[in-house]
Amino acid sequence: MNAETMPAVDPTLVPPDPPKGVNGVQLVLTTVVLAARQIRRHLMRSFLTILGIIIGVSSVVTMVTLGNGAAQAAREQVSALGANILQIRPGQGFGRGGGGPQPPDFKPEDVEAIGRQIAGVKAVAPQAQSSGIAVYNAANWSTTINGTTRQYFTAQNWFPAQGRIFSGAEEQAGKAVCVIGSTVVANLFRDTDPIGKRFRLRDLSCEVIGVLTTRGQGGFGNDQDDVVLMPIKAVQRRFTGSRDIRNIMVAVDDGVDTAGVQSAIEDLLRERRKLGPNEDNDFNVFDTKQISDTVTGIYSLVTSIVTGVAAISLLVGGIGIMNIMLVSVTERTREIGIRLAIGAVGREVLMQFLVEAVVLSCLGGLIGLVLAAVAVAVIAPFMQVPVLFDPKINLLAFLFSAAMGVIFGFFPAWRAAQLNPIDALRHE
Amino acid sequence: MAAAGSGGRAAIVASAGQPLIRLRGITKRYGEGAAAFQALKGVDLDIQRGDFVAVMGPSGSGKSTTMNILGCLDVPSGGEFLFRGHHVETLDRDQRALLRRRYLGFVFQGFNLLSRTTALENVELPLLYRGEPAKRRRELAMGALDKVGLKEWWDHTPAELSGGQQQRVAIARAIVTHPDVLLADEPTGNLDSERSVEIMELLTDLNGNSGITVLMVTHEPDMAAFARTVVHFKDGLIERIDHGMRAKAGA
Ligand SMILES: Nc1ncnc2c1ncn2[C@@H]1O[C@H](COP(=O)(O)OP(=O)(O)OP(=O)(O)O)[C@@H](O)[C@H]1O
Ligand SMILES: [Mg+2]
Repeated sequence: MNAETMPAVDPTLVPPDPPKGVNGVQLVLTTVVLAARQIRRHLMRSFLTILGIIIGVSSVVTMVTLGNGAAQAAREQVSALGANILQIRPGQGFGRGGGGPQPPDFKPEDVEAIGRQIAGVKAVAPQAQSSGIAVYNAANWSTTINGTTRQYFTAQNWFPAQGRIFSGAEEQAGKAVCVIGSTVVANLFRDTDPIGKRFRLRDLSCEVIGVLTTRGQGGFGNDQDDVVLMPIKAVQRRFTGSRDIRNIMVAVDDGVDTAGVQSAIEDLLRERRKLGPNEDNDFNVFDTKQISDTVTGIYSLVTSIVTGVAAISLLVGGIGIMNIMLVSVTERTREIGIRLAIGAVGREVLMQFLVEAVVLSCLGGLIGLVLAAVAVAVIAPFMQVPVLFDPKINLLAFLFSAAMGVIFGFFPAWRAAQLNPIDALRHE
Repeated sequence: MAAAGSGGRAAIVASAGQPLIRLRGITKRYGEGAAAFQALKGVDLDIQRGDFVAVMGPSGSGKSTTMNILGCLDVPSGGEFLFRGHHVETLDRDQRALLRRRYLGFVFQGFNLLSRTTALENVELPLLYRGEPAKRRRELAMGALDKVGLKEWWDHTPAELSGGQQQRVAIARAIVTHPDVLLADEPTGNLDSERSVEIMELLTDLNGNSGITVLMVTHEPDMAAFARTVVHFKDGLIERIDHGMRAKAGA
């Protein structure tokens, strides 16, 4: 027998083995079971907790998605006017009411001057518009008549699919030749080849020399292919009865600053229209891109205001969660005390609450996203806007709500778990 | 960690023949500075394995404070606390929790069951933290409920149980892990005398037949009469220890 020999000891008297760690996998499994039980047991509290998240997420996502759709629709409408295009019209200011005398229209010389004197201009096309009934054999069709020049085709980058555009001589002479859109072909000529045919437009007999490529619907829902293009002089002489031009379209060269061209045109026209230095412009030069930017800007402003309101509702939802959690904190503090006394380590209790909060808030977030999708699908057709699924905002709202639930759900539990088990049990 | 870390063998040698619990000069001070209050002023106490100890004394004499320290729910301000020959006063929070999980069971005056939770799930709770599989949890929990005579009530929530029944569920929860020590602070404080006697008989049975060491605080001499050892507290000190009591043993 040596000193190492132990005396007989009670075999149950093993040294306390506790001070070992807690198995991680087991910890997760245990806490998931506990969290699931807790949620099931407190259905009303769980529902109230996620209600705020549901409302917050669904309103934010709905607003942003609809707002994006509306902005997109507006952009499309404006960009249908053409890229790098300036429109020049007589009148004072965009949308300013017409008081006083009507400012004069433009003259053909103005058009020539712009083409000649302004650098960076790709094409200048005057437009004289009218409308009337076209008749061919037994068919008749009411359409838009657009008197312009050869430059119109360049400016619009829109050329005949069949036939040709009018020649310089035809344009100069104001001959009754026309290039027609595909809608007019379909309604007037049906299956007949229209090239070279003559039809009657109001009281004018007009020869078809070209058929334009199909462009489809314009931004405002108008049919761009429902048009008859003629030399401007023919339209002025036969339909409008004056040499005045209501609208000039200027296409700017690629890579040239439209703003520079715009102000050059303004200076030129002020001079030509003999405006004094203190007089306002009595005409407008619109940049379609500017209009597009303005409209888009208005939409994104509205969208951000509405989104801000929705974000506040998400925040209010979060505060609601916190309230419910704080109301139940007494009950939960006792619960934590019981668990700690029974031998749960702080980590396990916290993990349970964390899992519970994560499960609840993710559930709320998901329900919110589904609700938003339904709301968008229902509302978008009424607003006539396209549905643009934006993964970023969906993800963001979801993560935000989850974070909200976790922060507000977890924080009170975290505080309680710092307590002594005895104090937690005694908590009133 | 000191005791457990210093190697099991020497500790076992040292613990041979020692009491299950040994307190030496335990003090407890609440608060700081002028507001500080000395709740325990140096408590020495040995508790042998298998004993049934009743702790008595006037209100505020430090009974609960001592129980909380014995239960590793609270730490003493000074002194030594050996459990199975190992220093416990130096363990950290998590180690104390694991020690409670492994060796201790608690019964409180206010029952402290989880609300909206069935008796069975309440009793299963400590097993969950031990990582027992579901089937075994159920078996053990049903066994414990059977022991306290509530097998038929397993699917009732605390709200559907009487005070006596709730306390018996709490006892089932405390013994389901086969602890070395059952600590009960005024377990009959909220019960009428008939229900109290039932609980005491249950504790006596667990002490006698399952070999669980029972530590119980009580104000009532009738309840203390079930114990083998009675410890009297006064002003944060042990005034007297009566050994070999149990007038009611076998009653
Ligand atoms: N958390 C605390 N903070 C400050 N003082 C405390 C705290 N807990 C207990 N005390 C004080 O310590 C003293 C002993 O309290 P303890 O709870 O141990 O008494 P007790 O013997 O259990 O009394 P009772 O029979 O009323 O339960 C009391 O004077 C009490 O006021
Ligand atoms: Mg007390």
